[in-house]
This record gives sequence, C-alpha cells and structure tokens, in this order.
Amino acid sequence: MNKKIIATTSLAGCFGCHMSILDIDERILDLIELVEFDKSPIDDIKKFSRPVDIGIIEGGCCNSENVEILRYFRENCNILVSLGECAIMGGLPAMRNGIPIEECLREAYIDGVTVGENTEKIIPNDKELPILLDKVYPCHEVVKIDYYLPGCPPRADLIWNALYALITGNEMDLPYEVIKFD
Amino acid sequence: MNLQKNSYFCCENNNNANVDEFFKPYLRFMKDLTKKIAARYNNDPTRLMDILLDLHEVQNHVSDDQVDTLAKILNQSGASIRETISFYHFFSMKPLARYNIYLNNSITSVMRDRQSVKEAFEMDCDIEFGQVSEDGQFGLFNTSCIGMNDQDPAAIINGKIFTNLTPYRVHELIKGLKSGQALDDLIYENHGDGNNSDPDVHSMVYNHIRKKSIILKKDYPFYEVLKTKLKDVSPEDVIHKVEASNLRGRGGAGFPTGLKWRFGRKIEGEHKVIICNADEGEPGTFKDRVMLTEYPEMVFEGMVISAYATGADIGLLYLRHEYKYLLKFLNRKLDEMRAIGVLGKKVAGISDFNFDIRIQLGAGAYVCGEESALIESLEGKRGEPRDKPPFPVEKGYLGYPTIVNNVETLATVVKILYHGADWYTGFGTKDSLGTKLLSISGDCKFPGIYEVEWGTSIKEVIEMCGAEEVQAIQVGGPSGMLIGVKDFNNLNSNELMKWYKPSGMMIAEKFFDRRLSYSDLPTGGSIIIFNKHRDLLKDVVMNFMDFFIEESCGSCSTCRNMPFVMKNKLQKILDGHGVRKDIDDLLSWGKTLKASRCGLGQTAGNPILSSIFNFRHLYEQYIQSLTDFDTGFDLEKSIQASAKFTHRKASLHSF
Repeated sequence: MNKKIIATTSLAGCFGCHMSILDIDERILDLIELVEFDKSPIDDIKKFSRPVDIGIIEGGCCNSENVEILRYFRENCNILVSLGECAIMGGLPAMRNGIPIEECLREAYIDGVTVGENTEKIIPNDKELPILLDKVYPCHEVVKIDYYLPGCPPRADLIWNALYALITGNEMDLPYEVIKFD
Repeated sequence: MNLQKNSYFCCENNNNANVDEFFKPYLRFMKDLTKKIAARYNNDPTRLMDILLDLHEVQNHVSDDQVDTLAKILNQSGASIRETISFYHFFSMKPLARYNIYLNNSITSVMRDRQSVKEAFEMDCDIEFGQVSEDGQFGLFNTSCIGMNDQDPAAIINGKIFTNLTPYRVHELIKGLKSGQALDDLIYENHGDGNNSDPDVHSMVYNHIRKKSIILKKDYPFYEVLKTKLKDVSPEDVIHKVEASNLRGRGGAGFPTGLKWRFGRKIEGEHKVIICNADEGEPGTFKDRVMLTEYPEMVFEGMVISAYATGADIGLLYLRHEYKYLLKFLNRKLDEMRAIGVLGKKVAGISDFNFDIRIQLGAGAYVCGEESALIESLEGKRGEPRDKPPFPVEKGYLGYPTIVNNVETLATVVKILYHGADWYTGFGTKDSLGTKLLSISGDCKFPGIYEVEWGTSIKEVIEMCGAEEVQAIQVGGPSGMLIGVKDFNNLNSNELMKWYKPSGMMIAEKFFDRRLSYSDLPTGGSIIIFNKHRDLLKDVVMNFMDFFIEESCGSCSTCRNMPFVMKNKLQKILDGHGVRKDIDDLLSWGKTLKASRCGLGQTAGNPILSSIFNFRHLYEQYIQSLTDFDTGFDLEKSIQASAKFTHRKASLHSF
C-alpha cells in the first residue's frame, strides 16, 4: 500500500492539538509506516510539494492569512479534517466575536491595563502583517471540511483512531468515553 | 402614581449621603407598598404572579430593593423572584414609561402595514422600539400576537386595546396623550359590538362573529343546565354523556374530553382542580377572546359542570395578559353566578358540591398555553413546561390532580348536556363530531369568527370569508404545517402527522378540497390566508421563526438554539448563498427539535420544515446550481473594519 500523504497546520490555535498529535507516543512509529508528512510544522515544510491525501487543520480563522492558508489546504488536500475546538467552533479566540474589532484593538494596544508604553498610540499596521477579520470564523464557514475531531485538545487516542481509520479505510473505533463531553 | 424615575435612579447610583437621606421616605414607601401587596395574598409565594401584577399596576416595574423585600417576606430566594420577573413580557425590573405601547408583531399585523405604524410611533415618540423616552412618558415595545388578528395592526397601551392602527391614528393618539387627554377618551366614541360596549369592558375591539352554528347560537338560557339538570344526574352520567358525544379538546391537540374527565374522577386527591386555559397565544387565534366576551357564562358553566363530574373544588381560569381588559367584566360574571347560587358553596343546590372559580391573569408568555407551563405560572413561577409523566391529571396545580380544558371545549360541554349527546353527534363527520370555531384572518374580505361543522373544506372556508387570489392558507398557526402544490402527490399526510404532531398546516390551492377534521386537517382554529402577492418565505416563514425564537422558554437546548440556527440558515438561502445541502441540513437538523419537552419546542421548526416539504420550489429558486459549497463568507468584506481602523489598504496579504 502506498503511504498516504499528510499535511497539518495551526491557524488561530495554540498548537495544543499538534501536541496532542505527538501524544500518540510510540504509535508515531506505526504512523510513520503508514504516512508521509508534507507541509506541516512537524517537518517545517512550507509549501505543498505534491497532492496531499489528508490535511489536518488546527485553529479557526482570525486573520486574512489564516483564510488563505486554509484555502491553500483545501486546494491541495483530498480530505480536510478540523481538529479540535478552535477549528470546529472558533474556540477561545472566538470569545472576541461579540465585541467590535475596533474595541478589541484599542483594548489590546492602547487602553488595556496591561499595555506597556505606547505613547504614540500605535496599533500595529505594517503591511507585512495579516489583517484581522471582523470575527473569528470556524474552518467550515470558510471552506468545505470533511471530518471533525472534537476536543480541546482531542485526545491522542481519538486522533490516532481517526487517522488510522481514514488511512486504512476501516470503520472508526468510537467508544462512548471518547465522544462524551460532559 | 407617576414615579420620579430619573430621581429614583439617581438615588440608586449616588453615594451622596444627603441624597440617600432625601429618598429614605420614598424607599420606605416602596417597601411598605410591597409588604402591603404581598399581605393581600397572605404572603403566599404561589401567588407571586398576582403580587407582581399588582406592583406593576401601581408603579410600572419592580425595583431591586422590592425584589429583596419580596424574597424575605415570601421566604424565597431573590433569584427565584427575578427569574419569574424576567420570564414574562409584561414584567420589568427597569422603570417603564407612563404610557407603554406594545405593538403586536404577528404576521397579520405585518401584512397590514405594521411597518408604517411602527415608524409613526417612533417618529412621534422620538424613540426606537425597545426604548423608554427620556421624560418617562412613552415606552415602545414589540409583542407577540395579542389575539386581534381580524383588526390588526393592534397595540396594547396600558392594558387598553387599540385596533386598526394607521399612521394617522398613531399621530392622533400620541398628540392626544401628549396634550394630556385620558386614554379612555382616545378610544373611539363607539365601542365594539356586543359586550365590548359593556361598561366593565369598554373596548374598541370587535367580535366579528360571522357565522353562528350550534355553539354560538343564543338558543340557550344561561346556567340552565346548572339550575335544572345537574342535580338530577350523577357525575358518572355527566362523564358518560361527554364521552358519548365524542368531544375532543378544542385547543388543538384533540384529546378526548370525556376520557380526561374520567381520569380526573378516578384519581384521588385532597383537592382537585379545574383549569380553563384562556391563554390563547397561537398567532392567528382569537376565538377564545370572543367566547369570553360574549359567552363567559357558558365557559364558567362548563367549568362548574366539569368540576361536578370530576369532583373538583378549585377552579382557575388563566386569562392571558393581553385580555386583561376583560378581567373586570369576567369577575362581575362570577359574582353574578355566586349571587344566584351556581358558584360557591352548595352549587346548584347540591349539598356536597362546593366549587369556586378564581381568574388568574398571565403576564405575557406564549408557552404558558402549554398546560404544565400554565400550571407552573399559576404557582407563581416561570412558565416552563414540566416533564411528563406525571401528567397534570395525576399531579398538577400544587400537586393536586388537575384537569385543564380549553375555553371552547368547556362551552361546548354545556350545549351537549343541554341538548343531549345524540343531538351533538348529528353534526360534523364520523371521526370529528360537532363544530369548530375558526379564527380567520389575513388576506380576506371578512376576517372574524366562523363556527363551522367539522368536515368543512378549505374551499368553503375561502368562499365563506371572501378571500381571493389565495396562494396559501395556514391552518393551525405557526406551529402548523405548510403544504404546497407540487409535493402533494408524494405526501402522505398521516405519516407527516405522526412525524410532527402538528396542530395544523399551511395548504395551497391544489388541496383546498381537504377538510377540517381530526383525520385530515386538525386545527385549534387559527386560519391565516395569504394571497398571491405575499412572499411566503421572506415575510411569513421568517415572521413565524422570529415568533418561536422570542417565545421559547429556554429550558431545552434544542428549542433554545435550533430555531435560531434554522432561521439564520434560511436567511443565508434568501441572501443568495444557499446550496442544496442547506435544504438537507434544515431537514435533518429540524429533527432534533423533537427532543424538546413541550409542543412549542417540538413544532418550532415547522414553519421551515413544512414549507420545504410543500413549497420546495420557493427554496429552490434561491439555490445556486454551480456550487455545492457557499457559506456566504467574504474575505474582502470581513477585513474592512480592521483595515479601516488601522488605516491600511484592505488589500489581501499574499504569502
């Protein structure tokens, strides 16, 4: 069997989901038998070098770059998986969604009690910086997402089972404890 | 008493000791008032609704301090009192205005140019809806259907009903109020027909009774059954007669009345309770209003009869707040009944039959029409439906066995007992006996109340009320269904019934031959007609969804969230971002609503679900054919705000 090609990225997330991927421990050796990584923070490949079978997305979209990367993934990946709360629901970053972006920026860079010296009252605006979106969007509101793995972060077992099922084409093992959340 | 509202606020927020000192007598007065009102009801927490209503009567709101006072004397937590206050439309913890204008936003109101009436109010009062003017004179609020669909747009101003509003009329009203005229003087000289002109009612509401049949025909000397017949029949006989008539509940669900009473009779209880459900909230229904205006005697008599049959001693009529203008009149009727001995002790001369009726006013909540929510409300709590079982008939008001009947059902019982079950079964169809009161409104010449025999076809209804160019008819209110031309052939209505337990449905031209009956088109009586110029999705379905979102009690997460999500999805489709999957999503997500506890939640998706089933072509015209993915996300648009704020060109980053 040909090895499946996997790509991963972290958008508006905390890399916790990637940590959870690494939590599959020694099974990573089994995984390496089954897959190859393309664009991913794990191997630091920046651009897709070939068509990818499975793209794993951590985090939602909070700025223009997130959106472009997500679209870039959609173009190059056969299957896209939203991994974790932020990719699925926007997560913690989406707590700003009820507040106008102007207010968020003012609080973060000018008025907030933890703001250091900013006598010129500058809000970062270098043209190299991505532009913030009006709110944080979950991935499926931007591109079509094929599968969702919930959790904050999703447990390593869940990730492993899901990937293993996707790669081998077997049905996924989903015991009740893995999908109950309260 | 007109509150010095601004100054009252000032004393809440100002730490200045002098100011506190200044308002001390006032605060003490508020506290004393609270205590006095609570004492009227023996400091009974189950009478919280009345206590709050009385407080609102005097001062238009309940203050934070008063809630704390109430909590102490009623031995309740402050939170439990606050949650009750926050549940009902007509309660407020913020000071309202001297004149509070609640403009009805039901679909019939929208269809008769509510928008321009709304704008006229906003212009004249110089505030927007949801606000109170700075001088505390005017408050403008939206409210769900107030049961005036045949004379919309209608508004309630300080409990008085103002019907058939136009911008001109609004200017007249507000000008009059500003110049100090009394509300009563601003009601047109001529009051409505029949008892609407009674000195205790004095409203400009019209009954619009257009068709009378066996129930509405005034061929019956009121209280005759109580005076002459009741003492000669046993309770068993009464139940037997009602069973023989095959009478089914007229509120919409159609539960056999005789069976309900038999359960009630069988169950033992220290007390037993008869409740008349006059919380008529289904948009498009106003028959109970007319019954209570013209035939209150029969409704109360029905209650006494059902009490006799089931052995009940407590009677409660739950009157929706919107019909508060009838309260004085109804209480007078009860007094008259007591005076002639057909209510109170030894009713109708039967020595061991004691039964009295109290009218409980609601405070604005559609869900209280659900019987267990109604009982919660009667007990002074939030009107959240209870888990069933136990059913009210086992454990209802204050834990006593409780029988809840609709206004129309109770009035019908009287005629059945007067004329006999055989007489009654001579009307209607085999499975649906007797007649039904229809509340007809919308695009027709003669909106109003029509009493028709079961088995009447929709076509006849249309001709009866003078409707032309009919596109669709909503039978049974928003929780009903929408049935359209194209899919009818594939539609097995019985299967759908099982599925949605609808209280009615919206139907289109091709099936105007269908008949009103429990086996074909069951209905609580609401009929709204839409002509060919109406946009069913944008105007009607969206309005119905707004209604369910507003009226959900919030207890079940399905009903709290899903109507909102579904409405957004419909909006997305209407905005031109719809894809085929959106329709499928709506259908599959709508199923989750079945997990809700009560009828409101279970039917909250019906406006969308049934319109997809039966007016699918209306949806399809918005669906994009070239793409199967469109969420409406627009990157360019979503970066505008922050680009502008940081003075950047909204050009997209390229990596």
